Amino acid sequence: MTPNPHNRREFLKLSSLSGLGLVLGVSSFAKNAAPVLLSAEAIQLEINPFIIIDNLGNITLVNPRPDMGQGSTQAVPSLLAEELEVSLEKVKLIQSDGKSKYGDQTSGGSSSVRGLWEPLRKAGAAAREMLTEVAAKRWGVSVDQCYAEDARIHQRNSNKSFSYGELADDAAKLPIPKEPKLKDTKDFKIIGKKKPRLDLPSRVTGQAVFGLDVDVPGMVYAAILHSPTIHGKIISIDDAAAKKIPGVIKIMKAERPMPHRTSEAVAVIASNWWAAHKAKKALNVTWDTKGTEQMSTASYFAKTYEAAKQEGINFEEKGDIDQALIHADKKLEANYETPFLAHAPIEPENAIAHVKDNGEVEIWAPIQGPDWALRDVSNYLKIKPEQIKMNVFLLGGAFGRKAYHDFLLEACFLSRELKKPVKVIWTREDDIAQGPYRPGMLSAMRGAVSGKKIMAFHHHAIGESINRQVFNGLKEHEVDDWIMGELSTDNNKYRFPTSKLSWTNVKTDIPVVWWRSVYASNFAFGQECFVDELAQAAGLDPIEARMGILQDDRFKKVLEVLAEKANWKEKLPAGQGKGVAIFKSFDSISACCVTVAKQSGGGVKVEKVVSVIDCGWYVNPDNVKAQTEGNIVMGITAAIKPAITYENGVAQQSNFHDYPIMRISEAPQMEIHIVDSGAQPGGVGEPGLPPVAPALANAIFAATGKRLRKLPIDLGEV
Amino acid sequence: MAVFNLQVNGKKVTLDVEPDMPLLWVLRDFAGLKGTKYGCGMAMCGACTVHLNGQPIRSCQTPVSSLNKSSKITTIEGISDGVQLHAVQQAWIEEQVPQCGYCQSGQIMSAVALLKTTPDPSDADIDGAMNGHLCRCGTYDRIRKAIHRAADLSKSSGAGSQKVGKAGGK
Repeated sequence: MTPNPHNRREFLKLSSLSGLGLVLGVSSFAKNAAPVLLSAEAIQLEINPFIIIDNLGNITLVNPRPDMGQGSTQAVPSLLAEELEVSLEKVKLIQSDGKSKYGDQTSGGSSSVRGLWEPLRKAGAAAREMLTEVAAKRWGVSVDQCYAEDARIHQRNSNKSFSYGELADDAAKLPIPKEPKLKDTKDFKIIGKKKPRLDLPSRVTGQAVFGLDVDVPGMVYAAILHSPTIHGKIISIDDAAAKKIPGVIKIMKAERPMPHRTSEAVAVIASNWWAAHKAKKALNVTWDTKGTEQMSTASYFAKTYEAAKQEGINFEEKGDIDQALIHADKKLEANYETPFLAHAPIEPENAIAHVKDNGEVEIWAPIQGPDWALRDVSNYLKIKPEQIKMNVFLLGGAFGRKAYHDFLLEACFLSRELKKPVKVIWTREDDIAQGPYRPGMLSAMRGAVSGKKIMAFHHHAIGESINRQVFNGLKEHEVDDWIMGELSTDNNKYRFPTSKLSWTNVKTDIPVVWWRSVYASNFAFGQECFVDELAQAAGLDPIEARMGILQDDRFKKVLEVLAEKANWKEKLPAGQGKGVAIFKSFDSISACCVTVAKQSGGGVKVEKVVSVIDCGWYVNPDNVKAQTEGNIVMGITAAIKPAITYENGVAQQSNFHDYPIMRISEAPQMEIHIVDSGAQPGGVGEPGLPPVAPALANAIFAATGKRLRKLPIDLGEV
Repeated sequence: MAVFNLQVNGKKVTLDVEPDMPLLWVLRDFAGLKGTKYGCGMAMCGACTVHLNGQPIRSCQTPVSSLNKSSKITTIEGISDGVQLHAVQQAWIEEQVPQCGYCQSGQIMSAVALLKTTPDPSDADIDGAMNGHLCRCGTYDRIRKAIHRAADLSKSSGAGSQKVGKAGGK
């Protein structure tokens, strides 16, 4: 159950089964946030994630990061439990409900441990100190004579101890230490240790509850027919055949509210989803597609190549690159293209909304950001956030898709019309053919070498801006600041004698959104393949070349470890090749080495991927590895499998037969190594992905001499 | 609508549904067994895999009318004996296979079937048996390891298996 702190009675019932317990929260996710003591009277204060210890010693943490497979159900409570000196098994975890007092709650930007590292450990440490103080007073000893262990405060050199539950009431009356002493990292028992994820048993027995698994009383099902050209208008609806299907309740016009525009749709409401789905297929809707037929990926990319010939908006310049290009021994130019991609989580988009007669709304859905979804529902239905109750369930994959709320707002629209709980379930075809997608992008690269030195480097990023389309947040003369940060030499740590970074926005109505690692998944390809091209032109080894231009010890260490673990210097048999790439995203540095081998029947095969990550402090090394394995599989899939293309306004792919993803027989050998830098935590869920595609293309060059600059690569045709 | 009598996880189940309804939706929305998942609706992803008389099938492509009262259906909810987890489930935990876990019901059903016919599978056997399953989280390497481990666990007759009721977390 998720407590609704606006309902004081319910909150108290939860927080203290027999009297008042200790309720502790942190006032913001900002670094150095001070814990705030919550008394029963203080519940209305603006509070963020919090700890509840009741008199029985039960410890509850609100998890402000929904779990989509990245392991937040372990990582988040670990931060608390470590400082609180309790084992993870003794922490009950509940999911936040989107209310603003919990702060930022979106699983995205690889932010769980990065964002909560300090606030949650401080909350745990503050509670530990308060409990210790109470115990010391009761015994009449100094706090130095006490220590916390396994949810009890013990007195040194004695067998006396109190459970946290016995101390919670008095502890709650104490002032909260503003700067609780955090544990020395060498004393960590949970953080940094390999521990099993406690919710895995439920994920192997069918007991885990994903969004799709939720039923609510009185609910009806909806299947939605979307416009084949995304933005088409309905001319007529022939529902004669559809209406006859048993179980169908109603066929009605609906809408798909996307951030940049709302599209028309037709919904079939039925007593079960199969009936709704069947009736949807029996519908005969005529669409006015005028204007939408021009939507095509070919014409979009043609515009990006045109833009590559023009000057972009320059956002970082060092030296006079035009002069450097004229005077260097060799000048290189190359364009690198990355395609549109669907997220294709195996659990398709789904949501239940209930717009009640009294104006209140309840949502049950697998969504990445409860807070964000709450805001979107509130804006869409024009009601106050306080009128909305958000129940968030496990996500069967998301990769960015489930932080885009069209499917949720569809359910809201239908429930408002029907005044019933409505469960919307998208088909795989809806998921793949409707978007939103990772935008296709072009990297227009220029560079020069003289002798063995790289003299100039110019990266011109070209394409649609997520910021512009989703948030209407980009003016004509502006650079997408996310791209600016990602490409900057401050991020890649490369220092060239002259360099330049530019941007041109090419617009499209094809819906786009963030996809695992966002723009890094596009632009690492151009950056890291072109560095290889320059190295080749300068007669340098790819790792040696990077060592020469990198100005950061952590980057260099990652490459050193990679060279060693991947046995970079070994002599490979003819027809084999290795390629490397390195990229920093979400505060973590990740590099990988891909080995490919030519096949006797033609083409190449990915034999092995060795990946190295420096993500600073992390919670569970095994989960860092698991996420990196996932990034390798998704990164190779993105590099070698057919992409999303649009012709005449229509997606040319619709399900896994024409939008295939990697299968087990294609999965390469994988090896993951972590560099323990002890730096502030970086992300883990995404940074492993960006280097994969360029390392693969660089490996293909090493094996075959072919420089491939357009994804996807058909390995059979190389 | 028509009445169908099925045997699901060893129990008789009577359902009044449309004859062309795929077993997947019958299980999920009429028998209350949500462990079997919808992923693609065209037998491309394997998330809906259950056993029919011990053989893995794609329930999204199996109309309920193709079954009868002698059809024995086993779902992810029915593979353990109710006391201890199945060796495959146990191995999945030991190798920490699932990330989101959504596809894993189907993966596990195929792995269970594989080990019945091939108690000590090679990597090639595993690839062959598991290639119909998609995992977008990318857990393939661990699935291979877990199947080998399950083969070992089965040989040592499940010593040290985890009890069914001890499912932690949420």
